[in-house]
Amino acid sequence: MSLVPFWFIVIAVLWTGFFVLEGFDFGVGMLHDVVRTDEAERRAAINTIGPLWDGNEVWLIVAGAAMFAAFPGWYATMFSALYLALVLLLASLIIRGVAFEYRGKRDAARWRRTWDVLLTTGSLLAPLLIGVALGDLLNGLPINASQNYTGSFWDLLQPYAVFTGVTFVLICLMHGATFLCLKTTDGMRERSWLAARRVAPFTTAAVIGFVIWTHVTASTTFFLNVIELLAVLAAIAAAWLVYEHREGFAFAASTVTIAACVVSIFVELYPNVMVSSTNHAYNLTVYNTASGAYSLKAMTVVVIIFLPLVLIYQSWTYYVFRRRVSSSEFRPREPASPAAENARPGPGAI
Amino acid sequence: MTSIDLARVQFAFTSINHFFFVPVTIGLAFLTALLQTAWYRNGRTEYLRLTRFFGTLLVINIAIGVVTGLVQEFEFGMNWGAYSRLVGNIFGAPLAMEGLGAFFLESTFLGLWLFGWDKLPRRVHLATIWAVSLGSALSAAFIMAANSWMQHPVGYQMVNGKPQLNDIWALFTNPVFVWGYAKVVFVSLVTGAMIMLAVSAWQLRHGGEREVFARSARIALIVLVPAMLFTLLVGDELGVIEGKYQPMKIAAAEAQWTTCQPCSFSLFQIGGGNNDQTPTQIIEVPHLLSLLATNHWNGQVVGLNQLQAQYSKQFGPGNYVPNVFIQYWSMRVMAYLGALVLLISVWGLWLIRRKKLATSRVFLWVAVWSAVLPFVMNTAGWLLTESGRQPWIVQGIMLTKNGISPTVSATWLWISLVGFIVLYGTLGTVDLILMLRYSRKELEPERTDADTNASVPAVQY
Repeated sequence: MSLVPFWFIVIAVLWTGFFVLEGFDFGVGMLHDVVRTDEAERRAAINTIGPLWDGNEVWLIVAGAAMFAAFPGWYATMFSALYLALVLLLASLIIRGVAFEYRGKRDAARWRRTWDVLLTTGSLLAPLLIGVALGDLLNGLPINASQNYTGSFWDLLQPYAVFTGVTFVLICLMHGATFLCLKTTDGMRERSWLAARRVAPFTTAAVIGFVIWTHVTASTTFFLNVIELLAVLAAIAAAWLVYEHREGFAFAASTVTIAACVVSIFVELYPNVMVSSTNHAYNLTVYNTASGAYSLKAMTVVVIIFLPLVLIYQSWTYYVFRRRVSSSEFRPREPASPAAENARPGPGAI
Repeated sequence: MTSIDLARVQFAFTSINHFFFVPVTIGLAFLTALLQTAWYRNGRTEYLRLTRFFGTLLVINIAIGVVTGLVQEFEFGMNWGAYSRLVGNIFGAPLAMEGLGAFFLESTFLGLWLFGWDKLPRRVHLATIWAVSLGSALSAAFIMAANSWMQHPVGYQMVNGKPQLNDIWALFTNPVFVWGYAKVVFVSLVTGAMIMLAVSAWQLRHGGEREVFARSARIALIVLVPAMLFTLLVGDELGVIEGKYQPMKIAAAEAQWTTCQPCSFSLFQIGGGNNDQTPTQIIEVPHLLSLLATNHWNGQVVGLNQLQAQYSKQFGPGNYVPNVFIQYWSMRVMAYLGALVLLISVWGLWLIRRKKLATSRVFLWVAVWSAVLPFVMNTAGWLLTESGRQPWIVQGIMLTKNGISPTVSATWLWISLVGFIVLYGTLGTVDLILMLRYSRKELEPERTDADTNASVPAVQY
């Protein structure tokens, strides 16, 4: 087998891994302000993903770097075409990333409020923009014979692409809400479940719409393929499980939903990687954008060694931080030493 | 400004900013790991308190280092599309390896270290900070392998006018990489140690716990002296290697327009630049340039004019001389500040011997302000390296002006440039304020005997 299709699969896996993991981080980021009643609960919400989000975001970086190495033509065209969208995405990710670290560094209400708003906004914009970007790959963009983008910023905002972005935001919301159900206690757990109940029907509807639209855009057959069918079934199952109050299964179903939605884009794309709306003869494919055989071989060795290792130590991280996070951990413990305990867990809080 | 200028300014701006945070991360991660190891081995609480104190500074800094790194990765595709398309199959490989082999390690274990204080056994928890340190150092290795390939392309063959990778190992045995990476590691230790020294010095001057901060100042100095010495030695060797592969870079660093043998080194000059070939050079040290550029007392340095003639013949008409003014001065700023840092650190070492480190207010004052030096020095070093590569984006293979994304408009470039300047300016200020604030905080109170064996509280957002 040529390594070219294999690398397409690797990249699809990396994007899927990114959305499955960072998806609930985005969701928690959007919901942290919704499921809380006070500062302690807000901190509890953020701390459910505290040790995890940074490692999760690396999946995006690796997906980008893998595209650069394996399909330089794809990487070059996609990143220069999506230029302004990516500037916005970078700004969202930057603001969101520093918000985690900085919000607790000063004990002032306005300071925290600012970072909370930025965290929510960044967590909303990031999946929206990435969704639009992935939608554009499939929907088609004006690309000329020399693989260069010839459109403007507004050409990126095709209805299908925007709908993909919105769908991804909704999936991330459900994913985050079910994640919070699993990771919080008491009142927060209740409110997270309520949030999941409110968002689940919209998510399911959006996923069904997205799958059908995707299928119609890219496929000539009548019936949905297996992955698309799976996405629809998982989305329905997730909503049903949320209503049945089965937290673990609901989270599992939302994981399958998000994974199947990402995979279905890549399945419908193949063997294209970017469709040209100017002329289908100009489509970017895995073959006319791929690196040389030697590069792919070298990279294959690297990915076969390192990706399993990454999966092992990231799984271990999830095992270490498997416990629920209670808001009581963030409340001043004893009134005996109010000065030392005030608002921070310990004076060395990082 | 043309699109090329805009793209270049943007890359220079974002990468210089990124490299403010990278060496601090690599250096402080190593020093924090060292402190925690000391605590693990001898159980003395001052080491634990120092670990948590400097760990906080590390984390404030890592946050912004990570996100500015993300911009760097995206920028190749966004602004330098033609470049990415041509060399992605070579240049992209070390970037992908960086993500898989180093960045995952650093980020995942940082989370484990931060939040794992009360969840992991002490030995395992100690291993996590070493994993962070290893990850950050490895990460720099892959990036340097990619950058060194642009300075001195190796391990490829030309297929239909396009470079194709044919030997991945060559990227990591590239002499420019080996010496360049060694320099980055040493300079990172210098930067981290200098920050630790400056913070300790500030604390000692302002009533911080003397015993504890005298200890961290000592540790910082013990790392600083050899690291700075090696930075200078490695830098000298790197100069010789670059002189071999990028003679323009080195000739421009001395504003040497005509070939000389032996060559003297001027301490500074008045005038000079690409339009002034006869600046007034002050205090010339005979033979020094020959030594620096070739390692030989009487080595020959080919002049810019000869090189220009030779390049025009080889690559066609064009101007192949980098900006001489930037080369000349960045080289001197880097070298002089390096020497200054070495002097300061030797002074500190001498004070340790005299047991006066914690009480010499003059030295402590100097040490606090010296924190600025490594940043200026590092920036000058990168200007020397990157500006000296011009007009090439990949030496001998592609010109910078041919590397940009052909359809990205100047308007888009302006928007992104202004956006990044505003964003980096704001976040950089916030970061600086937080770093200063946390550098001036009191240490965590000492733990009583009763809870010495109890678990250390985890860190939370």
